[in-house]
Amino acid sequence: MHHEEVFTDRNVNESSAYYYVDIENYPTTGWDKFKQVVKRTFSGELFVGLWVVMREMIKFDIHTVQYPMEKLPIGPRYRAVHKLLRLWESGYERCIGCGLCEKICISDCIRMDTRIDENSRKEVTEYSINLGRCIFCGYCAEVCPELAIVHGQRYENASEQRAHFVIKDDMLTPLDMLKAGQQAEYPGFGAIIPGSDESVKKTPLAY
Amino acid sequence: MDVAFIIETIAKIVVILLIFSALAGLGTYFERKVLAFMQRRLGPMHVGPYGLLQVAADGIKLFTKEDIVPQNVVKPIFKIAPVITAATAFMASAAIPFWPQFTAFGYTVHPIVADINVGILYVLGIMAIGLYGPLLGGMASANKWSLISAARSAAIFISYEVITGLALLAPLMMVGSLSLIDINNYQAGGITHWIVWSQPVAFVLFWIAAFAETGRTPFHLVANDHEIIDGFGTEYSGMRWGMFFIGEYANMFFISFVISIVFLGGFGDGTIAGAVQLLLKVSFFFFFFLWTRAAWPDIRPDQLMWLCWKVLMPIAVLNVVATGIVMMF
Ligand code: SF4
Ligand code: SF4
Repeated sequence: MHHEEVFTDRNVNESSAYYYVDIENYPTTGWDKFKQVVKRTFSGELFVGLWVVMREMIKFDIHTVQYPMEKLPIGPRYRAVHKLLRLWESGYERCIGCGLCEKICISDCIRMDTRIDENSRKEVTEYSINLGRCIFCGYCAEVCPELAIVHGQRYENASEQRAHFVIKDDMLTPLDMLKAGQQAEYPGFGAIIPGSDESVKKTPLAY
Repeated sequence: MDVAFIIETIAKIVVILLIFSALAGLGTYFERKVLAFMQRRLGPMHVGPYGLLQVAADGIKLFTKEDIVPQNVVKPIFKIAPVITAATAFMASAAIPFWPQFTAFGYTVHPIVADINVGILYVLGIMAIGLYGPLLGGMASANKWSLISAARSAAIFISYEVITGLALLAPLMMVGSLSLIDINNYQAGGITHWIVWSQPVAFVLFWIAAFAETGRTPFHLVANDHEIIDGFGTEYSGMRWGMFFIGEYANMFFISFVISIVFLGGFGDGTIAGAVQLLLKVSFFFFFFLWTRAAWPDIRPDQLMWLCWKVLMPIAVLNVVATGIVMMF
């Protein structure tokens, strides 16, 4: 019997999708046992089973995803290995070195170093995440005011070293990729809501 | 006994060994594919086109794997047990006619190693000896799962062997010979002469017993993965385990041949059409082994014994008695 479960209501009551399965009492006397066997033998249930698998074989409705060649799409809010993004126009790093991510990280696994460079601009010299401790909670991405640290979609993390994903050079979008327009904007945790461009007032640049 | 006969017999033995070892490998391929399709999967796909070379990969793996003999096993018995299973499976094939006799290059070939007059008795007897593989292997393994498996194989063996014998008795009474060739020729008159029409009960009983004989689902109790790991095979590795495997699959093919020949007319009148029909029948029975594995649950050992002793055996006895009464009048 096909039965759709109502996921919003898991309480057992009259209107929910739960129902009691009829289970007959076990036969006690020999004659009753015999009758049960005869009933089961001739009810053809075994052939129903044979028919069902044969039907599936003929329909050939294969559900296998041949993984390395085919991949299932993952949700936009999936929290895989981090990325540091760049500004689209100038190519500068988005990260302003505010340190909020370092502060909020509950596993205390972000480590960064900053300095004031020649143009009196704060420059992030070191930025690394210890993936051995990161729990991929997404707080760093959520707290970042610049949308600089985000979670990427890269879930295949085979490498010789864990550190290969999470020192600054690995996370930062390379400039040539940025120029080729291959930097993906992050729609997940803490990202700009769609249509936010319209609600932003332009700041005049020259007086 | 002349030299030509000896050479011919050896050639036949080699051919049968090669063909059925290869078929046992291919059987595993088909099993995986059929089970996969029935469960909406693809099965092996990566080794070779459509995974066809998976068989070769498995073979290489089994042959090159380290042969581990655990510390506390009874070593000579542990080592000989897989050989018993594989060897008896192939020895049983000696009396099975795989193909009608044909003439090639002016030489008449009988595709049967030995047409002995007790053919079917020999086949079943040798197949029954195959039981010692799981039994001894399980008992020698120093492993509780293996021991349970050995106990089960002995208990099941006594149960189904009675059914096999009694079920076959009725058709044999009609044919009056134990030679598989005679049984085949008895049904040579075409589909209406098949023994399955006159002995449907014996056919079903023998078929059920064949599942127990080969240890396939629903009677896959001797090596039931979800209860007793791999049963008698738990401690085995590499080619020793592979021999159990080859034995099991070769047994499936041979018992399929036996059912087809005894009940479904075999190769009929011996023409090519009849021979192809025999292969089709065998393929069907082999496929059915896979089919039930996808569809049916396993039963408990006590249920199997209950079924064999309290249900099937009385039916088989009644069948023999009824056949006898009908033949007397
Ligand atoms: S995802 Fe969570 S644990 Fe990982 S670096 Fe960000 S804040 Fe820290
Ligand atoms: S919160 Fe964002 S801008 Fe601030 S230091 Fe972290 S990554 Fe850089």
